[in-house]
Amino acid sequence: MKTLSEIDTTSKRATKAVGFSWGIAEEVGKNMKLLELFGLSGIKNLNKYLQDYKKKQFEKITLINEINESKKNPFCPIILGTNFIDQVNLMDKKKNIKIHNLAFPVLFLPFVSRASEVIGKRIFLKLDDKEFLFNLNQSIYSNYLKNEILENSRSISIDFIENTNSFSEAEWNEIYKLSEDTFVEESDSLKMGAAGAGLTDND
Amino acid sequence: MQAQLRDPKTIMKLSRLGSFHQSKLSFLRSFLKEFKDWKYNNDLFDLDENGYGRAVYSFSKENKTYSLICFANKINPNERSDRVIATKWDAAFVLHDGVPSKKDIERLEQNVPKQEVGRLSYKELTLSRANKSVRVFDHVVESLSNGNQPDKEFLSKIGYLYRTTAVYGSGKFGLADRFRIKNREEICGPFRLEMMLVYLVRQFTFDQVNHIAKHKNSKKFVPLDKEISRNLGIGNSTGLGMAPFIVNHPTLLNNWILARENALKKVREIKNIKKEDFETFINCLKKSIKNITSWNTESEFQKKKIKQLMIDLNKLLVFIEDFNFQSDYGFNKLYLWVEENLDLECSEYVVSMMFEPYDSIIDPLIKKMSSEEEKFFNIPGERTVQDLRNILEEKYSGILKLDFEKKENNENFWFISKNKEEPRLANRYNEKGSELEQPLAIARDIKRLYERISNQKNSLNIGKFLIENNDLRHVVRRAFIIEKFPYSEIQDNIIGSNLIPIDMLRLKLSFFGAIKFDPRSDKWLRICMFQGAPLPNELKNFNDYWVYN
Repeated sequence: MKTLSEIDTTSKRATKAVGFSWGIAEEVGKNMKLLELFGLSGIKNLNKYLQDYKKKQFEKITLINEINESKKNPFCPIILGTNFIDQVNLMDKKKNIKIHNLAFPVLFLPFVSRASEVIGKRIFLKLDDKEFLFNLNQSIYSNYLKNEILENSRSISIDFIENTNSFSEAEWNEIYKLSEDTFVEESDSLKMGAAGAGLTDND
Repeated sequence: MQAQLRDPKTIMKLSRLGSFHQSKLSFLRSFLKEFKDWKYNNDLFDLDENGYGRAVYSFSKENKTYSLICFANKINPNERSDRVIATKWDAAFVLHDGVPSKKDIERLEQNVPKQEVGRLSYKELTLSRANKSVRVFDHVVESLSNGNQPDKEFLSKIGYLYRTTAVYGSGKFGLADRFRIKNREEICGPFRLEMMLVYLVRQFTFDQVNHIAKHKNSKKFVPLDKEISRNLGIGNSTGLGMAPFIVNHPTLLNNWILARENALKKVREIKNIKKEDFETFINCLKKSIKNITSWNTESEFQKKKIKQLMIDLNKLLVFIEDFNFQSDYGFNKLYLWVEENLDLECSEYVVSMMFEPYDSIIDPLIKKMSSEEEKFFNIPGERTVQDLRNILEEKYSGILKLDFEKKENNENFWFISKNKEEPRLANRYNEKGSELEQPLAIARDIKRLYERISNQKNSLNIGKFLIENNDLRHVVRRAFIIEKFPYSEIQDNIIGSNLIPIDMLRLKLSFFGAIKFDPRSDKWLRICMFQGAPLPNELKNFNDYWVYN
């Protein structure tokens, strides 16, 4: 089995070798580690993409808008991903972002996972019929487990999820009430000796 | 009194970093302290009369065990090479996580002697190989088999029976990735498992030499004297492969240097120095001179440094004869005098010595010498060009003065050799391949970045700036790292014609705890590790000042 360190180093060098800058290659190295650690097929997709890179044309997106569409060539997932993580603080006010025609979308996913950590919000991403929930770069929850090469996605939809509770206030109150059963009632004499007791706060 | 941390722009110059010496913070010393309560055992020793075969050594505590598995092989003299391109060695070693099964040992026997072309598993932690110093090894075998102890003077010139040529860890060749083991308390310090491997290899070399001598003449044989064993370490040949490590791990480098700087600051801030503490300092200093007088090298560069070090130490010894350590802030006064009057080599030597009396200062700092590097990998795209400009002007002011139009400032390039996948340095104007340069020309690229932002709006976000400037992304990342980690960057140009690469090696090796640096060129050197260290069965009650015995 290849180690994550080998995956990082080799992916970085291979990405540089096809013409990306060292700085971007470093991002890809870290991303491949992340994908393989989370059980997604990073190396398989990266290898195919880098093999195709010189033969095919890919669109390089710069500023990411609410709707991003490339009619001719598919978007490059690495340039899109790099810009996504660089600009995510500017775009998380937008509720939803759409990307049409993206090459090798699996390579875009780790950028989104890391972006979720950067902004401190969960991100929900729908890639055609595949769903991914990115949890602050701690885990990726998905209905997609296939170990395959995905060469293209027609449509990607990204939602930034506000930090809200997944439970109702009533449910919280119920569980809080249960937790109170671990507390001990303090006697009056103990209350008298607690911090601040016996003083006037205007002294 | 509050002492200031020393200025990174001064401390991170290579001439200073290349003058660092081992100290109480060094990894081999902190390793011994951490493992002193562990149970040491020689679990297997299955060598033939010529010393070829297998051996296993272990440290264990509660339900944890680390086992060194050794494979000693026959090689022809013409196959013995310390160069990284060698393919055979006198012995090969692997540190296994736990107790190896018979099946594990068989698997490892097929792979460990092959080193880089073998394959390890996540159950293995570090990997190494070593060659005999043939003249020392043969002399010791000859002496012991004839009932004599070897010539101490001859031994002290070399200092070891074997020298390693590489020690690998952290995910190389299938070894366990660091993330699998990083939360184990006993290995919180950097390179702790590499140190364990080297330390146990040292014991193997003693056991092997005794074993061979005994088989040669069992009637006359005497075992190697323990005192002589203690004064033997493990040699190491180290080349350029190690140099880029300190550039590629900026937050880790910061944490090593910051620990040293914090230690110095705290020692300087001690108002009343206890008598026993300054006596410890003076004793260590005086005893350490033996290490300098027995420091052998053919290198004119190092000979000069040693000569100056001796002159300066003699000056210091005269100075401290009348020095009142019991005046307020004695170590601070001494440090200021040293900086004013002595060369860098001696200055950093004395800094290391000042740590010796103070476990209470050093021990907590040792725990802060690792780094979670990936936490600081993301570039803060929301920051502005103004922020970046401020960082560059504040943190790289010396670098920004360099003129990279001058040939001498741009003379070399770092690359990865195709033959052995190891970092190398070459002259850009004489050798091919500079278009495949590694991203290590930090000074040049920082200067380029500074020039690139000169015509950008201050309010521009870094995320937007990078759209058109991703060729400099690697140094944008570094700039935001140095903002938080002031000692993360070498404040010199490592592609210039005046670079002395062994300065980079010495920095790292001093933190390992190496002594007797012996440069064999400006690109590689030999060192000795664990010379004077207690033997494994003496660890329970060892003297932490063993380095100076």
